[in-house]
Amino acid sequence: MTAAAATSPRAARFAARLKATGDRLSGLELPASSAWMARARDAALSRLKGMGLPEKRDEYWRYTDPARLIQEPATPVPVFVISDEAPVFDAIDRLKLVFVDGVFDPEASDELTGEGLEICRLSEAGQADIHWAQDLYGILEARGQAPVARPLAALNTATATDGVLIRATGKVSRPVALVYRRRDPGAEMRLHHVIRVEPGAELTVLESGPGAARSSVVLEADLAEGSALHHVRTQGRDHARVGVTHVFARVAAQAHLKSFTLSVNGALVRNEAVVWLEGEEGSAHVAGAAMGDGAFLHDDTVFITHSAPGCESRQVFKKVLHNGAVGVFQGKILVERAAQLTDGYQISQSLLMDERSQFLAKPELEIYADNVKCSHGSTSGELDADHLFYLRARGIGQEEAKRLLILSFLGEALDEIARDDLADDMRDRLRGWLERHGD
Amino acid sequence: MLEINNLHVKLEDEDKQILKGLTLSVEAGSVHAIMGPNGSGKSTLSYVLSGRDGYQVTDGTATLDGEDLLSMEPEDRAAAGLFLAFQYPVEIPGVGNMTFLRTAVNAQRKARGEPELSAGDFLKLVRAKAKDLKIDAEMLKRPVNVGFSGGEKKRNEILQMAMLEPRMCILDETDSGLDVDAMKLVSDGVNALRDAGRAFLVITHYQRLLDHIKPDVVHIMADGRIVKSGGPELALEVEKNGYADILAEVSA
Repeated sequence: MTAAAATSPRAARFAARLKATGDRLSGLELPASSAWMARARDAALSRLKGMGLPEKRDEYWRYTDPARLIQEPATPVPVFVISDEAPVFDAIDRLKLVFVDGVFDPEASDELTGEGLEICRLSEAGQADIHWAQDLYGILEARGQAPVARPLAALNTATATDGVLIRATGKVSRPVALVYRRRDPGAEMRLHHVIRVEPGAELTVLESGPGAARSSVVLEADLAEGSALHHVRTQGRDHARVGVTHVFARVAAQAHLKSFTLSVNGALVRNEAVVWLEGEEGSAHVAGAAMGDGAFLHDDTVFITHSAPGCESRQVFKKVLHNGAVGVFQGKILVERAAQLTDGYQISQSLLMDERSQFLAKPELEIYADNVKCSHGSTSGELDADHLFYLRARGIGQEEAKRLLILSFLGEALDEIARDDLADDMRDRLRGWLERHGD
Repeated sequence: MLEINNLHVKLEDEDKQILKGLTLSVEAGSVHAIMGPNGSGKSTLSYVLSGRDGYQVTDGTATLDGEDLLSMEPEDRAAAGLFLAFQYPVEIPGVGNMTFLRTAVNAQRKARGEPELSAGDFLKLVRAKAKDLKIDAEMLKRPVNVGFSGGEKKRNEILQMAMLEPRMCILDETDSGLDVDAMKLVSDGVNALRDAGRAFLVITHYQRLLDHIKPDVVHIMADGRIVKSGGPELALEVEKNGYADILAEVSA
C-alpha cells in the first residue's frame, strides 16, 4: 500500500478540509473549566476535528456559503445604533440578562433569581465539580450531529465563552430575556445556553439584539414530561449582521415547544433548529418571519424527528425579500417507524418584491410509519395585483396597502407565538419596521 | 359631477380597442344606469374610471367635479369621492375585514384633511351600518371576503360604500349572483344613500335590479359606446325585446 494510491480527489479534499479546520482551531483557546466541562469541550473538539468545518460544496450548505461564518477573524462592523424605537420586549415584564459583546454583564442585568427558576452563568457552572447541566451541555448538540453534520454547533460547544443555564421547576410567568448588546465593532460572540424545563413546568425565553460583528448562539433545551417552553427571538435591524444559531430541543411526552424568530436585515444569518419528539402527544412548533433588502441572506434550516406516536409538529416560515435579497429554507420532517398518528405540517413561503430577489427551498419528508398525516408546501410569488388594487380602490395608499398585505402574508408565522402580549409586540414591531423601510 | 367625453380605451398588452368614443354626463343627485350586451365594455368603463392597471386611454377625458380622474392614482380617486362596487369582490386572506374598513376610512379622512375616527366611534358606526345590511359580527371579524357567499360579498361592498360615503358610486353588475332577498337588502342599502349631493352609475345586464334602484336615466351601451339614452322605459324595452331590436334600430 502506497500513500499515492490512497489519495483520491475526494480524500484529498477531505484532508484539506481537516487541515483548514485544524489551522482555524489552532488559534482558539478552550476556556479553562472544571472536569465535566473540560470533557464536554474536548469531546466537541474531537467531533469537530473528525468532520471538519463546513464548505460551500457540502449538500447542507448548498444555498448558503459558510465562508463568512468561519473566516478568521470576523470582519469588524460598526455598531448599529437604534435610536428611533424602544428596545424590543422593553414593555414586557421580564427577568433581563444582558450580554455585551458576548460576555455577561451583571451590572446591566437583573439578579439571577426568580420563582421556580434556577439560573447560573455558564462560566460559573463550568468551574463547579458537578452541575445538572452536565447531562445536557454538548450532549444534545452531539446527538444533533447525525444524520447531518453541524460543525459550527460543535465549534460553539468547544469554545463558547459564556451563556446561561436555566432550570425551570414551576410555571414561570415572567419571561427570561437574553439581551445581546454590542460595544466593540470587531467582537465575536459565542454563547451557549442550556435550558431544562422540569415535569409540568413552563418557561418563556426571549432573545434580542445583534450581539456582535459575528455571532454563534447554541441553545440546548430539554423539555420534561408535560412541560412547555416558549421561545421568542428577534434578530434586527443591523444590516451587516453575520451569525449562526442552533436550537437543539428534546421534547418528552405531552411537552410543548414553541419557537418563533422575527428577523429583519442582516448580511448572513442561518438559524438551525433540531427537535426530537420523544414522548407521546408532544408538540413542536418552529416558525419564523424574515424580511430583508439588498445584501441579505437568511437561512432557516429545520429538522424535526418524530420518534413517538401521536405527536404534532409545525414548521411555518415566511420571508419578504426586496432588491436581490436571498431567502433559504431547508426543512425536514422525519417520522420514525414507531411514530404512528403523527401530525406534521410544514410551509415555507416567500414574497418576492422584485425579480432580483430569490427564494431557495428544500422541503423534505421522510416517513417510515404507515398511519400519519403529513403535509408540506413551498411557494414564492409577488404581491397579488388584484389585492393591491382592491385596497387602493378603497382609498388606501399604495405603500400602506403593500404593508397591509405583507403583514397578512407574515401573519401565519406570527400566529405561532404562544403569548398574546408577545405576539402583539412582534406585530407592532414589524409594522414599525415596515414603515421605516417604506417599500 | 362625472363627465366622460369621447373616451377611447384599449388593452395595454394587446391591440384591442374596447371603448370607442364613450360620452356620458352624470349630474349630482341622479342615478344613471348603463345596460348592454356582454362584451360591450361596461366593466372596462368601471375599471378605467377607478384606475385599474392593464388599460390604456388613447383618447378622450374623464373628470370628477372638473378634476382629471385619469391622471390620478386609484387611492386619490377614492379620496376624491369615487367608489366602485366590484362585480367580483376580491378575497384577501390574512387581512381582517374590520382592519381593512378602518384603514380605508381613516386613509380617506386623512387624505381629505379630516381627523381619524377613534376606535370606539368607528366600531359604533360600522356596527350600525352592518346591522342594516344584515352583516353579523362574525363576518366583520373574518378576513376580507374570505369564505363569503356571493350575496355576502356584495353586501360587504355596500357596507364599504356606506362607511366611505363616496359622492360618485359605480355599481358594476352588483345584481350578479344575488337571490331575491339579497337583491332587496343591497338595493335598500343603495337607496338609503341616495341624496342630492351623490350620484350613482349602475351597470347591469338585466333590468330587474332597476326595479329596486330606480334610475333617472338609462343608457344602452354597445361596442364601446353609448348608443341610446332615455328614461326608465328604455330598460323595460330591453327586458321585453332584448338588445337586438335596439341595436338594429341604432345601426340602421
